Amino acid sequence: MKQEELAALLKEIIRDEKRILTDKVDLYSYSYDASFGTYLPDIVVLVMSTTEVAAIMKLANKHGIPVYPRGQATSLSGGPLPVHGGIVLDLSKWDDVLKVDAEDMVAVVSPGVLTADINDAALEVGLIYPPDPSSSNVSTIGGNLAENSGGPRGLKYGVTKDYVIGLEVVTPEGEVIRTGGRTVKNVTGYDLTKLIVGSEGTLGIITEATLRLYPKPQATKTMMAVFDDIVDSGKAITKILSSGILPSKLEIMDNATIQAVEAYEPLGLPVDAEAMLLVELDGHPAAIDEEILRVEKVCKETEARTVKVANTSEEANELWRARKLVSPAIVREKPTKISEDATIPRSKIPDMFQRLKEIREKYNIDLVVFGHAGDGNLHPNIIADKRDKEEMRRVEQAVEEIFKAAIELGGTLSGEHGIGTLKAPFMEMELGEVGLDMMKRIKESWDPNNILNPGKIFPQPGQRLVLTNG
Amino acid sequence: MAELAYEETFDCVQCGYCLPACPTYITMKSETHSPRGRINLVKMAAEGKITYSELEGPIDLCLGCRACEVVCPTNVQYGKILESAKEAIQHHKKESKTMTKRAKLFQDFVFDKAIPNNKLLQTAGSGLALYQKSGLQTVARKTRAINLLPGKLRTFEKILPNVEGPIERRSRKEHYPAKLRPAFRIGFFTGCIMDTMFSDINTKSIKLLQEAGCEVTVIKEQTCCGALQNHSGETEITKKLAKENIQAFEKYDFDYIVNSIGGCGAQMVEYDKLLADDPEWASRAEEFARKSVDISVILGQVKLPFVKEISKVVTYQPSCHMTNVQKRVQEPLELLKKIPGITYMELPQKNMCCGSAGIYNIVNYEAAMDILDEKMKQVEKVSPEVIVTTNPGCHLQMKVGVEKEGLSDQIEVVHIVELLTEACGVE
Repeated sequence: MKQEELAALLKEIIRDEKRILTDKVDLYSYSYDASFGTYLPDIVVLVMSTTEVAAIMKLANKHGIPVYPRGQATSLSGGPLPVHGGIVLDLSKWDDVLKVDAEDMVAVVSPGVLTADINDAALEVGLIYPPDPSSSNVSTIGGNLAENSGGPRGLKYGVTKDYVIGLEVVTPEGEVIRTGGRTVKNVTGYDLTKLIVGSEGTLGIITEATLRLYPKPQATKTMMAVFDDIVDSGKAITKILSSGILPSKLEIMDNATIQAVEAYEPLGLPVDAEAMLLVELDGHPAAIDEEILRVEKVCKETEARTVKVANTSEEANELWRARKLVSPAIVREKPTKISEDATIPRSKIPDMFQRLKEIREKYNIDLVVFGHAGDGNLHPNIIADKRDKEEMRRVEQAVEEIFKAAIELGGTLSGEHGIGTLKAPFMEMELGEVGLDMMKRIKESWDPNNILNPGKIFPQPGQRLVLTNG
Repeated sequence: MAELAYEETFDCVQCGYCLPACPTYITMKSETHSPRGRINLVKMAAEGKITYSELEGPIDLCLGCRACEVVCPTNVQYGKILESAKEAIQHHKKESKTMTKRAKLFQDFVFDKAIPNNKLLQTAGSGLALYQKSGLQTVARKTRAINLLPGKLRTFEKILPNVEGPIERRSRKEHYPAKLRPAFRIGFFTGCIMDTMFSDINTKSIKLLQEAGCEVTVIKEQTCCGALQNHSGETEITKKLAKENIQAFEKYDFDYIVNSIGGCGAQMVEYDKLLADDPEWASRAEEFARKSVDISVILGQVKLPFVKEISKVVTYQPSCHMTNVQKRVQEPLELLKKIPGITYMELPQKNMCCGSAGIYNIVNYEAAMDILDEKMKQVEKVSPEVIVTTNPGCHLQMKVGVEKEGLSDQIEVVHIVELLTEACGVE
């Protein structure tokens, strides 16, 4: 269908013409996310209600037009990319509902509400919304739900799916359904809520969510431990967790990361150390005062070179500053960052580090490793320049090997970024032919005309990892 | 010449962290009018995927407040990308003759001749003073002759400051000696629009510095800073003006070159970037940029002779260029808090631009008023008696906001220097 015809049909649904974008500059502005590739949609629509979404889905389903739901496009896996053109459905401006109910300990939100705003609203009544993707000041809850986002606090509190108890969803055929409800316990029928969360916008469009909230921890305590041997840091991680302590965050930075940060802003980091751990405990002040001593002891027993406990919140911020500077620090020499999130069982962290070291040498790439060590969710980041085609080909091969390594060690392709376009070619490697086919059957029964976010999760025949723009 | 900063666009990893910081993204609600969107469009234009005229709209609607630079996790040089786009679009318009001859002549005249020309501006300023002082303003307002003006000009007419007449302004001396051994020897930068519309703030700044023990010289050879020209893509004119200023000030042995204008100050601290590729000027520009500071930096280092309590609820709307380019965030705040009797209330989302942005509010009136409406929502949360500014553009814009909300009898808008002179009893 031509753009003008489509626009005319959409105008019957969306009366406010400002919410239908057709100019070339607009189409280019909705052609990307934070991953790779540029795909022009035919039209962009800013939706503000369930009625609008349902009507658009009916229209799209009737005419076989692809629909790509989009939040603020912070996706690192290509979730909102309009790979087959069609309609980009921007839900990020639909943020009118953010209701916190302190008695039921839930928040009801519209899809465009920013993740951090939910936590801020919860804090006002002494509660928290724990999932904390690093993009939480920018990302919408709709995007978080679609991708089942995680974050550093995932170790103790779990990820987005652990906090969703009810959804309103518009199906690909334009029907409106409600899943789950307002209670923590609910076993009525299939758990469609959990099926929709993390389905990357391929099964339905989330138009409202009911989220669980938690009591705000009274205090936090931060500690940094430096290791000469990365294997020792791995031992420290498992020993801390098996000693009956569950930190709220347990982050690791490898030598390359430490060096990059120190070169970017001298903080006095140990540039010769192989690894650095940052541990945060939260809970009752008396309890964490005692626990931090035990964590300190474990680190020393596992050959930590130095251990530093922050006594004040300023000191804690200073320790976390090193972790915060990782992003700008690693792209100082070359601009392109390929951020992976292959995740392994935590006992395999030392093995994964070894495999990553081999991959770095084999393909001669700039690879830094940091991330949420406590739950095995490492972030190997390859730094490159996407204008350098030869380098990018090496990077593509290295990324493939990282995925293989993670799966061989009993892990998974993606801990929190999602499959999208980038990892689709590797799905069968992890799930097997039948496993992937069962997923595909679910997709086909929900979306018989394959109009909702087509081109994601499931590989096209012969699809390979591509990180260059042709 | 007039090339897009294409290589710089690759520094953007499209993470989107700039989105919540961008005023036009918030009011216009589309990625096209966000920093990430604009950087991508500059890249697309450089790759020939969109035309310069298609690029023009989103670039023109950028305030240039540069709040995105501060939050960017990978330090993208947005200012450089934006300026390259403005210059390239301007160049392209002149080349392709899409700009009418009249428009081009007018623009060349305003930027190249009128603004940097003191006499011309002073004449305009005197006209304004005459209009206000002769009672014509009152007559025009009372007879509603004013309503014949188009909406936007009418809005501004109401809030124009009382301009010093030609006699008061001409009475300004060139040299203001310190009473004792001077704390600092200061070359005072007056600015051109500032010295027309708000010359009394300049006069007060000079007296305050003198009162605080500084020796102040107002050299005649100084000229316009070039900021407005730079924001309009006239980089060559800006470079010419920068060189004239550098040459004028380096003849003297000043400790600092001081101004009370957030926007001009931002341009001057970036003279080094502007002239970095010019071997004859690079190091001289660096020296100038290093010495160039906002008045709050100096006043924070000297003892101010406070004599009067200001028992008012005061809030502060920082100038974006002061915050994001000059990076002077604490200095004005600390000065404010020193004023005896003051109750300081922080303005929520104070780092969001007010929509003034040089001449943005005149060129893009509706867009600027939408941004101002957002700003005034925050002002109402604080309900201050005084809004303090540090830049003439913000000053006028906040006055428009106060007037629009019908709060003129409750809220006063002042430059920080005005509040300080009052508290110090400086006449």
